[in-house]
Amino acid sequence: MNKNFKKLAVIIPAYNEQDNIAMVVNDILSIKYPGFQLLPIVVNDCSQDNTAAIVENLDCILLDLPVNLGIGGAVQTGYKYAYEHNFDYAIQVDGDGQHPAGEISKLLLEAEQTQANIIIGSRFITNNGFQSTAMRRFGIVFLKSWIKLFSGITIYDNTSGFRLIDNEVLEVVQANYPDEYPEPESILLFSNKGFQIKEIPVLMKARQGGESSITSFNQLYYMIKVSLAIFYTYLRTKK
Amino acid sequence: MEQYYSYRIQLISIIVSLAFLFYISRLIIKGKLREEYAIFWVISTILLIIFSFWRRGLDIIAHLVGVYLAPNLVFTSAIFAILIYLLHLSIVVSQLHDKNKIMSQELALLKEKIMKIESIENKDSTNNQ
Repeated sequence: MNKNFKKLAVIIPAYNEQDNIAMVVNDILSIKYPGFQLLPIVVNDCSQDNTAAIVENLDCILLDLPVNLGIGGAVQTGYKYAYEHNFDYAIQVDGDGQHPAGEISKLLLEAEQTQANIIIGSRFITNNGFQSTAMRRFGIVFLKSWIKLFSGITIYDNTSGFRLIDNEVLEVVQANYPDEYPEPESILLFSNKGFQIKEIPVLMKARQGGESSITSFNQLYYMIKVSLAIFYTYLRTKK
Repeated sequence: MEQYYSYRIQLISIIVSLAFLFYISRLIIKGKLREEYAIFWVISTILLIIFSFWRRGLDIIAHLVGVYLAPNLVFTSAIFAILIYLLHLSIVVSQLHDKNKIMSQELALLKEKIMKIESIENKDSTNNQ
């Protein structure tokens, strides 16, 4: 392996994504970014469909969880793999095709230029592409103020899972990452650890299939749980 | 007329509920209680605190739902909430049990696979010598 290459782990949590997963992985494999080596890592979160069987035949790493851990637990498995194998960066790309592979290079470029620890791909800076429903946007605006209250930083698209992290952050999250709905509360973890967070506009698509981890039925539960988690993550990790 | 409870019990319940909320917070901060299970405790403690400050609230709500004695409303709803939460915990424990079983089985199968691979490797290395 060439030592001059930096290694990027593309972590793809997948739960019942048999219709999209091959396309997502192949899109990632088709990307070339100078100076970087991209390795797709699919974490199959105990899918009941053929996700695992499909991924086995693709040119990527498959981490096959024997029990369902939830999105955060699945992503963390990928982080652990990337950490053990000394990756320079890790990026989370959802298995449903919401995060176009073409946008990965934008995040990488930003990380290389600004040296920020975390780059979040955001739908809401320029408001292009898929924008989610009104209810969700309201929730996200509320979380934006809630996160700002405790961390002092403004993240517009705080539920975006499309994030690039460097190896310093990788060391933290591989040991400590929330299981359920990890995105908003991990921002508090990052800011309390003193990491630099940058948010840049990306174009997202509506999910190509599969189900969101947040159904309308438990949106209220989601808001209460996440608000509480943000508050307690703030208390737990502040110095 | 409605002052059939004294201020002493109000003070005691305020102190107890605040102490309870503080203890729950400490458990969450130390990572001993996960947020999803803490939600129930935090919300019920907040309700306790609200009603220990707002004493007339109990009477008003009891009147609204047609319960003649406010304490009966407290007992009924508390027992109901506890039953539901117990059922929820039983479900959680059952799920944990299943997941634990699956993981142990998976580990046993993996161990067997690794031992097989290791024994093949050992044979190869002795054959080469």
